[in-house]
Amino acid sequence: MDDGNKLLLSGDEAIALAAWHAGVALGTGYPGTPSTEILESFSKLGGRAQWSPNEKVALEVAIGAAFGGARALATMKHVGLNVASDPLFTVAYTGVAGALVIVSADDPGMHSSQNEQDNRRYAVAAGVPMLEPSDSQEAYDFLLAAIEISERWKTPVLLRATTRVCHSYTVVRTHPKRKAPPGAYFVRDVKGRVMVPGNARPAHRRLRRILAEMSDWNEGCALNRVVAGGKALGIITSGISFMHAREAAPEASVLKLGFTHPLPLRKIASFAQSVERCVVIEEGDPYLAEAIRAAGIAVEGKPEMYRFGELDVARVRRILAGDTSTEAAPLPGKPPQLCEGCSYRVVFDSLRRLKCIVAGDIGCYTLGSLPPFEAIDSCVCMGASIGVGLGLRHVLPAEQAARVVSVIGDSTFVHSGISGLVEMAYNPPPGGHVVIILDNGTTAMTGHQENPGTGRNLKHEPTGKVVLEDMARSCGVRRVQVVEPRAGSDAFEQILVEALKSGELAVIIARRPCILIAKELKEYEQREQRCQCEEAGQPCAATV
Amino acid sequence: MAGLGGQGVLTATDIIADVALRAGYDVKKSEIKGMSQRGGSVACDVRFGAEILSPMVPAGEADFLLALEAAQLEPNRHLLRPGGVTLEPSAIDTAQLPQKKMLNVALLGALSARLPMPETAWLESVHAAFDPKYFEANQKAFLLGRASQSKTAESSDP
Repeated sequence: MDDGNKLLLSGDEAIALAAWHAGVALGTGYPGTPSTEILESFSKLGGRAQWSPNEKVALEVAIGAAFGGARALATMKHVGLNVASDPLFTVAYTGVAGALVIVSADDPGMHSSQNEQDNRRYAVAAGVPMLEPSDSQEAYDFLLAAIEISERWKTPVLLRATTRVCHSYTVVRTHPKRKAPPGAYFVRDVKGRVMVPGNARPAHRRLRRILAEMSDWNEGCALNRVVAGGKALGIITSGISFMHAREAAPEASVLKLGFTHPLPLRKIASFAQSVERCVVIEEGDPYLAEAIRAAGIAVEGKPEMYRFGELDVARVRRILAGDTSTEAAPLPGKPPQLCEGCSYRVVFDSLRRLKCIVAGDIGCYTLGSLPPFEAIDSCVCMGASIGVGLGLRHVLPAEQAARVVSVIGDSTFVHSGISGLVEMAYNPPPGGHVVIILDNGTTAMTGHQENPGTGRNLKHEPTGKVVLEDMARSCGVRRVQVVEPRAGSDAFEQILVEALKSGELAVIIARRPCILIAKELKEYEQREQRCQCEEAGQPCAATV
Repeated sequence: MAGLGGQGVLTATDIIADVALRAGYDVKKSEIKGMSQRGGSVACDVRFGAEILSPMVPAGEADFLLALEAAQLEPNRHLLRPGGVTLEPSAIDTAQLPQKKMLNVALLGALSARLPMPETAWLESVHAAFDPKYFEANQKAFLLGRASQSKTAESSDP
């Protein structure tokens, strides 16, 4: 969709293109809707992009690159930043030598997430500057601005987008290619980078000083702008809410904030004074409203009912009208379901038949909670199935405890299930426990990305492979079995029944490739075979 | 445009957006696709005009509602403006489709008959969106849909 310099891009694609134009040396992340396409697009453009086992590792790798003086990008969905929050809080202290931009793709309304947390809170909690784009043009421009800000203040920058920015396609005009960034080079800075208390104490003071400087600078920053309108109504807004607000109230004056932490409070105060009524329009938590009111600036927030779900033009009209009457519930569409022919159907049939108490996890297989299976009893966060299953095993009466099973997908297991397995071996419940790893050889839910268990990298090329059964055994689990769940075969169920009866610690790997990528898998395997033959200098049967 | 995962809602709306962009309009397209491959409902909004603000069509303001499956009409009907046009599978003589899965292209053909952009622009975008070896079949599907509206469009141009 290239019309000269005018492109129709999703927010994710726009971020990727800006990263490419800015000479980002490394993009890291873990797949998660709505962030996944950023790294995929960056890789297709020619950028160096890689999936990490989880978001914490992804951010750490990006931090290393930025310590080395390069421009680095780490991408994740909102809940991914929880996983990466540990390095986030401390890289705010250390700062970086190059540039570090962390993209948090939030999902208000939970189109494909387990919660609708508002990650703007992280910018405040960790003390990092934050930019919020409203469309793809700004996604592109703000990524470039984030890199400039990161390099100017030697600090990580949070670029916070939402589903309707990431997954909406809007027109983007790109800028001429910029001058190449300086090459990576390590310069020793022990006081700045080694966060032991003696160095971290001054680092914290430095961070607060930088934030105060940035706050002053933000007062005149072009990323915040006023759309002039009438004096009767003023709206302060950010992100996608800006678009809804402009459409809902074309007559209003609007202060559109792009740089939303630390806030330009003097600019906000003078805007609020310039209008008769000033309303803050924002999706999710009342982050802006609370901060602005705490600064003693009189503004209206939104009624509590609009904290839930996404905003749209109609809801903004209601907020402005002070309408708190009940909203019409959207009519339900057809819910998704496990694909016809999905091997996980066999697993959930057995779990249901055996009346198992199932601690579930995050992935396609969470659909096992819906009819006709209704065979999942909990789903908390990535990797939680194992810990939650163990906790249930520890306290439930023997008859119930014996039926507890943890179910986790291959990518989720590598993401954060491994430490759960270590816990199982270290603190075994008296009656043992059963973990089922559903291994379909891909990260299916987010669109079939690779993971360390597939042995292929982001570009589907061969790389080091984590063998799940070896991993389980090395954690100290002796009863490890691999089985192919097939319709019409009771092999899986037999193994499950025996494992439940054994009272031991057991890991069952239910392995069968996802049917949606059967064709691609064949291609990857043929390609790998070709590569191996070429290395050995032999003719190859797989050569097409 | 509404349908089920795998029916081609996202590709079809890409084409609408592309045609509108090439015609010089401002365009926004918003899609929700998290579960699109698991057979669940998929809906996608396309808006174009001089200046587009929200990427989502406000309730009661859609000019057209396209459904690739009849059952997806009702959950989305509230989006349609009074007098708005629905285009659904029954508008197409599906027996004439070169392939069943080209219903999305046929519905685009039906839509095209009611929009100002020329037929050639639509066919260019259809050509660019799929493997060229299917172009002839897609063109047939498109023209089948376009012909289905030629009479009705003249009498009820929105």
